[in-house]
Amino acid sequence: MLMAETRAGQGSPRLAPYLMVAPAAALLLILVLAPLALVVATAFTDWHLGAGGAAFVGLQTFEALIADPDFQAAAWNTVRYVALVVPVTCLAGLAAALLIVECRRGQAFYRMIFFLPSVATLAAMAVAWQMLLSPSVGAVPQLLRALGLAPTNWLQDPGTALPTLALIGIWSEAGFAMLFFLAGMKTAPRELYEAAALDGCGNFLDRLWHVTLPHLAPITAFVLVFSSIHALRVFDTVAIITRGGPEKSTLVALYFIYQEAFSLFRTNLAAAATVLFIAVVLLFSLLQLRIARAQGDR
Amino acid sequence: MRPDRVMSLCWESRVSILIVRGISKSFGSAPVLSNIDLDIDEGEIVSLLGPSGCGKSTLLRIIAGLESADSGAIEIAGREITRLEPGARNIAMVFQNLALYPHLTGRQNIALPLRVRQMSRWQRIFSSLRLSAAVRAIERDIEATVDDLAARLAITEAIDRLPGRLSGGQRQRVAIGKALVRDSRLLLLDEPLSSLDAKLRIQARDEILQIQRSFGISCVFVTHDQDEALAISDRVAVMLGGGIAQFDTPAAIYRNPSSLNVARFVGTPTINCLEGIVEQQGRVRVGDHLFDARLAQPAGSAVTVAIRPEHVRVGDGHDQPGTSLRVVRVEDHGHDGLVHLAAADQAGVSFVARTGQPVVLRPGDEVRVAIEAHDALFFGASGTRLESAPVRMADYAHG
Repeated sequence: MLMAETRAGQGSPRLAPYLMVAPAAALLLILVLAPLALVVATAFTDWHLGAGGAAFVGLQTFEALIADPDFQAAAWNTVRYVALVVPVTCLAGLAAALLIVECRRGQAFYRMIFFLPSVATLAAMAVAWQMLLSPSVGAVPQLLRALGLAPTNWLQDPGTALPTLALIGIWSEAGFAMLFFLAGMKTAPRELYEAAALDGCGNFLDRLWHVTLPHLAPITAFVLVFSSIHALRVFDTVAIITRGGPEKSTLVALYFIYQEAFSLFRTNLAAAATVLFIAVVLLFSLLQLRIARAQGDR
Repeated sequence: MRPDRVMSLCWESRVSILIVRGISKSFGSAPVLSNIDLDIDEGEIVSLLGPSGCGKSTLLRIIAGLESADSGAIEIAGREITRLEPGARNIAMVFQNLALYPHLTGRQNIALPLRVRQMSRWQRIFSSLRLSAAVRAIERDIEATVDDLAARLAITEAIDRLPGRLSGGQRQRVAIGKALVRDSRLLLLDEPLSSLDAKLRIQARDEILQIQRSFGISCVFVTHDQDEALAISDRVAVMLGGGIAQFDTPAAIYRNPSSLNVARFVGTPTINCLEGIVEQQGRVRVGDHLFDARLAQPAGSAVTVAIRPEHVRVGDGHDQPGTSLRVVRVEDHGHDGLVHLAAADQAGVSFVARTGQPVVLRPGDEVRVAIEAHDALFFGASGTRLESAPVRMADYAHG
């Protein structure tokens, strides 16, 4: 109908699709691609915020960045954070999904309870967690003391600060993983479970091993990549609770970039770090695309 | 009829492999099955035939243990299994969508039931590592069994592929292989052909029959397709409204239906039905016709006269006796011809005749129709069959 109108009216019908895409394309160009190009360009200069001119310095900025002990710490902390959060998020999401599927009543209620942390604003939740974990007045240390345990100040201990933030990250992400797993379980063919029962694989563990887990394999791959990308982007909790400390034990990639750009004003370093960060995220996104394609082929 | 069945009939020594007694089931307040009795002999193929919603699949699932009956008992090979888990019943089942594990090759699919039986769960999970001599021995044993079965099913070359890479026919044979590998005494098939197209379907049904014969396994086959049921079954259980309306050989069900519902359900096109009144000496009057039947019904009672299309003789011209009807539509199938007829003053089709030869009639033609009394089936007001004792050829020249 639209095509017919275009043909009857003015202009060539071949132009119509481009015109329709144009607004979104313009926004994408102005808000994402152009700034990205600027960032990439900045990464190859010696420009600092407030400095007058910029000179092309080639890969010098990247060399300086990689030699920077803060950057090394941030990269290593980010890897540790992802390695802690992703597997546990997946397992917790899977466990929650399995439990909810087995529920005869109240599925919607439990689904909501588990998913709630994922929809809450993480910045606000970070404040809440900070208060919960506060060594003197926090509910968690008091509860532990009541149970006869001796809680330490986890957020002030360089050894436990990052794992504590990881726990908060898992708490906020597991709901997403659960939702994906639940959706996957809904599409598992019922006949396969019945066939498994006739094959003698009727109990919970056998059903899980022979039917549910193989069926969830593609979704698991997706959840792994998805939560990896999310974990890479950890920022809110770090910025609000620990500010990268103590002793830079929670200095992660995005917080490093933020500090370099807006506290230390070393814009070129921040830009170079951003380029590397985007490259890694892009790599994960490509992996996700690959997995999606492989699933399409199956 | 199969030779061994004839033999067993002669010897009067039939062995029941499956005995179903008084099975009832309702979902909520809606009864699905009421008081089902069924005996299936060793080596027999029995179809559960019925329209959708008649409870045939539910009955099969109750036999398999996937659904529990409200009351009644089931025995397989002399063993009471009503309360056993599906896996403990030693029943094989082929599902409508075949239900192969999509991540396992054909070989692994067939082997799984054996591995479940012969290995513990931990052995099963780590069996690919071949850790212990015992596991290696079991694996070798299973592999030999699967190879042997694959050869008998003619799927040796395809067996190492994933189900997604197999053709429909191969998938079906793998599914049957998975069912047969456990030496089950009874194979249940839940509309396994319904996903295939018409041509492949006939081929697949011949294959199932051939496999069934060569393994000598007893089968219960659920279908809504009467051609399929009549073609492959030794006996057919026609299920209507949650009960078994008739359980007999295909020929008997077609020629000798026990009720009007069975007569109407079986046979394409549907049997012709006319309303009649019993007259003196048990004769039946339908319009101008007088069927020379001998019903025991009192004069004046209403009966339904049912006539298979092939028993309707159509003669053209006016020299023949019989009632005059108008041709509404002609279907010439080449090997078969169907003539749709209606009374001259009516628009709708009321009667279908099957002619074994090419049809020379055209719509609008006037024809004369004759039916012999011994071809007609009579049913009472409640749909029960009324036996008639036909004495001689009917006289259609009356009135």
